[in-house]
Amino acid sequence: MNTERLFWKLFTAPIGKNNPITVLILGVCSALAVTVQLEAALVMGLAVTIVTGFASLIVSSLRTTISPRIRIIVQLVVVATLVIIVDQVLRAYAYNASKQLSIFVGLIITNCIIMGRIEAFALANKPWLSLIDGIGNGLGYGMILVIVAFFRELFGSGTLLGYQIIPESWYIANGGFYENNGLMILPPAALIIVGLIIWVQRSFYKL
Amino acid sequence: MNKNSNTYTFLYATILVVVVATALSLTATGLKSRQQKNIEVEKKQNILLSVHKAGGLDTVSDRSAYIEELYSRYIVEEYLVDAAGNKKEGDAFAMNMKTQYDIIREINASGVTDEEKAGLRSKLSLPVFVCRNDDGALKYIVPVYGLGLWGAIWGYLSLDGDFNTIYGAIFDHKGETPGLGAEIAFPAFFNQFEGKQLFKNGQFTSIRIVKGGAPAGDRHGVNAISGGTITSRGVEEMLKNCLTEYKPFFNVMM
Repeated sequence: MNTERLFWKLFTAPIGKNNPITVLILGVCSALAVTVQLEAALVMGLAVTIVTGFASLIVSSLRTTISPRIRIIVQLVVVATLVIIVDQVLRAYAYNASKQLSIFVGLIITNCIIMGRIEAFALANKPWLSLIDGIGNGLGYGMILVIVAFFRELFGSGTLLGYQIIPESWYIANGGFYENNGLMILPPAALIIVGLIIWVQRSFYKL
Repeated sequence: MNKNSNTYTFLYATILVVVVATALSLTATGLKSRQQKNIEVEKKQNILLSVHKAGGLDTVSDRSAYIEELYSRYIVEEYLVDAAGNKKEGDAFAMNMKTQYDIIREINASGVTDEEKAGLRSKLSLPVFVCRNDDGALKYIVPVYGLGLWGAIWGYLSLDGDFNTIYGAIFDHKGETPGLGAEIAFPAFFNQFEGKQLFKNGQFTSIRIVKGGAPAGDRHGVNAISGGTITSRGVEEMLKNCLTEYKPFFNVMM
């Protein structure tokens, strides 16, 4: 297989057929927590993509030097450093988003996708391939977050990215017939939507 | 070099830690002023919102400049007061209400003698912000701080010149349940406080948060949040505990 096709395959597989959330069922916890609003989901998806991409790149570059006895510790240190940097940058440049995400930015460290990709891919492959793999997985994760958040924000708050989508005049309070669905802003709604996505995806790819 | 040797492992770990520590401290120092600024602007925004300023925030492109401008236009005075209600030296804006809350909590702990209470009260430095409206009326803003269900809750309460009628209120929280306790940060909850009164026939009553709904026309109570009972109770406690310490100040000013 030529390099270009390999790159492309590595990049797209986690977005579709090998999606970390819906197929590998990794990183579900944060997917439930940060999908109440689309903006938070976008920022979280971006943050995870950056962390998975760079963590894979760095660990892969170090893979021949890492002492096997402290392998996991080294990986954790690299991931934790990246997460703290992302958290600090968000606090400085996207304060509102970082407030909404609160502890979940810090909890990226415990996101199974990151360690999973390092162990399964970065330790055995070249840095550039690992970077692509990491970014692909981050995007696959972010994509599910965005889909879930789209439905949760639209039906739970009637808005998208903070802009009112459902006309104000539809609401019962204004003499209409519509009311926001309270379940949508609670975690169970995310579980149900993720479940539906898994169902659709598995029947589509015949997994 | 043998990668399994102790020397290699120690050296590797040492170098890694030094590199990481350098990277992190550089990031933290480089971004510190910006982060500090964000926190300051947020505090100013909350203070302004409690006196019904800073509306139309979403339409402004440069939020922080807009907030700064409004803050310097409306907030004419900031000072600290002691437990007897007299002004004291200090930077009111930099005063973290959490430190005052820690003292207030000790005062309200069970088994504290009156003597100990007086000793604790002497340590209080409570911030007060004064806002002058366009018509010249002065509004007094006091911060409050307390505990909700999952973590800290806090807010700002603005009072009319009679130090009895509430002009505006705003609350925020660290991580109350979305859709339930977190509703305290929405106008549907905090707008209820407008026009309520802290004193009933000269007696300090604070504001009650009534489960099941305050009766219409109740000037000392507001509706609690359905499903957010513990957060609602937390708000009530917070108002009672903090405002009790401000009461001498209110009495001095009245």
